[in-house]
Amino acid sequence: MKLSFEKSRPGRFFPVMPELDVPEEKVPPELARAALPRLPEMSPPDISRHYSELARRTHGVNDGFYPLGSCTMKYNPKINDEMANLPGFTRIHPLQPEHTVQGCLEAMVRAGEMLCEITGMDAMTFQPAAGAHGEFTGVLLIKAYHASRGDGARTKIIVPDSAHGTNPATVSMTGFQAVNVPSDSSGCVDLDALRAAAGPDTAGLMLTNPNTLGLFDRNILEITRVIHDAGGLCYYDGANLNAIMGIARPGDMGFDVVHLNLHKTFSTPHGGGGPGSGAVGCKSLLAEFMPAPLAARRGGGYAFESPPQSVGRVSAFYGNFLVMARALTYIITIGGDGLRDAARNAVLNANYMMRRMSGAYDAAYPGTCMHEFVLSLDGLKREAGVSAMDVAKSLLDRRMHPPTMYFPMIVKEALMIEPTETESRETLDYAADAFLDIRLQAERDPEALRAAPVSTPVRRLDEVNAARHPKLRYNFG
Amino acid sequence: MYFPKDVSYSRTHEWVRMADGNTARVGITDYAQHELGDLVFVNLPEVGDEAIMGERIADVESVKAVSDIFSPLSGRISAVNGAILDAPELLNSDPYGAWLFEVRGVTEHEDLMGAEDYERFCEKGE
Repeated sequence: MKLSFEKSRPGRFFPVMPELDVPEEKVPPELARAALPRLPEMSPPDISRHYSELARRTHGVNDGFYPLGSCTMKYNPKINDEMANLPGFTRIHPLQPEHTVQGCLEAMVRAGEMLCEITGMDAMTFQPAAGAHGEFTGVLLIKAYHASRGDGARTKIIVPDSAHGTNPATVSMTGFQAVNVPSDSSGCVDLDALRAAAGPDTAGLMLTNPNTLGLFDRNILEITRVIHDAGGLCYYDGANLNAIMGIARPGDMGFDVVHLNLHKTFSTPHGGGGPGSGAVGCKSLLAEFMPAPLAARRGGGYAFESPPQSVGRVSAFYGNFLVMARALTYIITIGGDGLRDAARNAVLNANYMMRRMSGAYDAAYPGTCMHEFVLSLDGLKREAGVSAMDVAKSLLDRRMHPPTMYFPMIVKEALMIEPTETESRETLDYAADAFLDIRLQAERDPEALRAAPVSTPVRRLDEVNAARHPKLRYNFG
Repeated sequence: MYFPKDVSYSRTHEWVRMADGNTARVGITDYAQHELGDLVFVNLPEVGDEAIMGERIADVESVKAVSDIFSPLSGRISAVNGAILDAPELLNSDPYGAWLFEVRGVTEHEDLMGAEDYERFCEKGE
């Protein structure tokens, strides 16, 4: 397929901007660029076809099963889009006077209140644009809390070795030092190691529960108690909330601050179809540090407020508002019982798939999983020379998106599978059969698996060469 | 898998080659490069940095993941192997030739293993 740069012809254009109907403001000459940017020049039908052609070469949740572990690629109900497209939500401007956008403020306040109820928090902001941005915001609250108490000795944040990579990255970004604690033989936090790591220099802990192995940490109350006793605060990474929503609440487990991936748990578009939303909730002891402005009830109406010791803005205006509108629609549509049923079905579906595949594949931690499970293909790699990468590529030929690979890092040759609650039993069976078929093929014809995929628009990519010799820009020649 | 006898081995899969009593070169073992897969990027310390035994001093990146390299000894970084910055594949093709960094003024080092002990250590899959 040709790139848009290769399809470009001088003089063709796409009239995106309406005719100017206000006085023209020139860019000051010292800020204006000397030469025009070299952008592709294409006509509307050509660019439309270009993107349709790109879309045909991708795989989304509307094309087939998408069991990408830790990403919760659930079905996004179309009513979410219908509500987000209501003119009262779309034909507004962020600088409009508050009294003219009371409905939008009410939507933010109500969505915040519902998410507080779901997570056991007291305040919620929608400013962060995605999960990692939410983590950054949440840990800034922890930092502001210790600073407000004049407690400058707390420089470290504890992160388990099974954590999402964004957790230690967040710790570094916010100026803290990450302290790694190992998992015990059951895959959960090693309590003795945690007790040894916690102390007067502990600012907090970042934890996912259920964790990235798909296991619910039964010691969670003890874990958060150890951190609180040491004077630290507990951060809940909400990536895996789908397993417990409507059943258990991070706030009740002892967490002080959470982020939620609305684009995972609350059925807003995820991936290229985004944007995302990494809403952050906190207990009342952190509410005064929340990013400003924060939508709130005032009198009989709604207004933006600035928390007294706010850490400031973390994005322009109010976050990805229409993503929040979709999440609000989802919560109202399925209700509290629906959220609980969704979590139960997510866990049931994961356990069903894991049981169907046991015998042919080794679960990293056998037993009951939560909403996802992790396979270790280390044995298969040693016996048949077929790696997790080969199996993942073979799944592409069976019209499935592969699971998350080589994560968590404490499992060798890991495949992390999250079916979500919205898949039918037939889809789960189709996927399990595909895995079983690949396992048989690994013995009969491993070479074929190492050559996969063969039916996709591009065959196996040379990732090593691409990483060693990256081409990061178009060569105009 | 190759376990040369002229180097010592750490439990975190670095090798150490002592030049004299207080200068040593450090690299990653054949077992380590095999487990990591094709390496595509290396981050090295700078000359003059302090190396602290057991602490992270460098990292290597494969298409799968970024992995920390821990310093098996304490001292001052006196040289780094710039050749592997442009050609990280040398760590895969010649793990015991492609050293990462050199430490001078070695004040302490971990309990290092000989070739036979390290081979047994790797067989146990740690």
